[in-house]
Amino acid sequence: MTDQKSPTSAPAAGSTDDAAQVAEFEARIAQGESIEPKDWMPERYRKQLTRMMSQHAHSEIVGMLPEGNWITRAPSLRRKMVLLAKVQDEAGHGLYIYCGTETLGIGREELVDQLLTGKAKYSSIFNYPTLTWADIGVIGWFVDGAAIVNQTMLAKASFGPYARAMVRICKEENFHKKQGYESVATLANGTPEQRAMVQDAVNRWWWPSLMMFGPSDKDSPNSAELIRWRVKRDTNDTLRQRFVDLTVPQARAVNLTLPDPDLRYNEETEHWDFGEIDWTEFHEVISGNGPCNRERLAARRKAHDDGAWVREAAQAYAAKRDAVTAA
Amino acid sequence: MANDTVSAIGGATSAAETQWDLWEVFTQEGEGAPHEHAGSVHAATAEHAMQNARDVYARRGKVVSLWVVPTGAIIASAPGDAGPLFDPGNDKAYRHPQFYKTPRGVRGL
Ligand SMILES: [Fe+2]
Ligand SMILES: [Fe+2]
Repeated sequence: MTDQKSPTSAPAAGSTDDAAQVAEFEARIAQGESIEPKDWMPERYRKQLTRMMSQHAHSEIVGMLPEGNWITRAPSLRRKMVLLAKVQDEAGHGLYIYCGTETLGIGREELVDQLLTGKAKYSSIFNYPTLTWADIGVIGWFVDGAAIVNQTMLAKASFGPYARAMVRICKEENFHKKQGYESVATLANGTPEQRAMVQDAVNRWWWPSLMMFGPSDKDSPNSAELIRWRVKRDTNDTLRQRFVDLTVPQARAVNLTLPDPDLRYNEETEHWDFGEIDWTEFHEVISGNGPCNRERLAARRKAHDDGAWVREAAQAYAAKRDAVTAA
Repeated sequence: MANDTVSAIGGATSAAETQWDLWEVFTQEGEGAPHEHAGSVHAATAEHAMQNARDVYARRGKVVSLWVVPTGAIIASAPGDAGPLFDPGNDKAYRHPQFYKTPRGVRGL
């Protein structure tokens, strides 16, 4: 989702890019021009975008798993309809971004392979379990809420296909967040048990949601380059602060508390100050040791393998039809 | 990336893959509106591409018509050709109404 862990190498080091072409490219970026797939771009720009966009696409796809887990157990037909539509949208988001990534010259199969072999990352948030129905509401509110903050920025990214995919996605995300918040508000105004259940979900999802924005600026080596190339407009910490400022009043409006004793309004900065994030946990989850990493990858691999016969059958049908038309 | 490994509008060619072919999708959002490029889908046949395009790019409201086109069938201009192709259109002020003077007081022109 956001820029998480990535190999760092000095920009341009060992690169064969022509200096004049790089200068011309950077001048275009500085003028706010949009870079299109057939335009010349530094290898490093292509690489960074391929990594970032594929990571984002994988996150949409893996993100279907924690929520899909509750489709059969939604408490009413209305909630079930909504959840089905939301999860289907996430599949669509993954496909929009995969198709944008393919314009950089990498094939879909290679992208899928990178996910299934564990070579590619996806957002850390989807490695947490959905323990109760309240988690589904809180995910819509927090996780889609955080995604909106990030994706609204990316809708202005310098790479045209990425920006256009983000515009399309942003139009759909608002429903995701609103349905989540509605569900949370309903539980918060419900029985004492429902209240306790939703507070518990808030307590579990708050910190992982803040981690979605990636490492803090001082540990985010890619940020400066991505901002210079206008892939991103804001740093991880700026986006995280924006999310906190938006969410605190929403929590208060439904009388839920956020699990941070250090959370307080700073009159001077006009922002909500918050406590230190547990970066050890973040790095553990990113490097494959979160509560559900293995389960998520196993589920994706199974879905891919179980779908193999469908892919083959469609191809066999197409080949047979081609043979008939040729005859 | 050399142009020969990238299709007309940028997608990787699918020949070497076992994935289905790549199709470009165009949607018309409302009667009378132009068809606009929405994105792409992978599909084995044209009907299949149409179904996938519906699921991916027309899940809600608005879309009244879809086009799917094999990605390889699109011929696109190259960025390097932009000058010769489009510059001649930029220096002909007489193609615009502001170029012409009108006698004072004449209206409705
Ligand atoms: Fe999404
Ligand atoms: Fe979403």
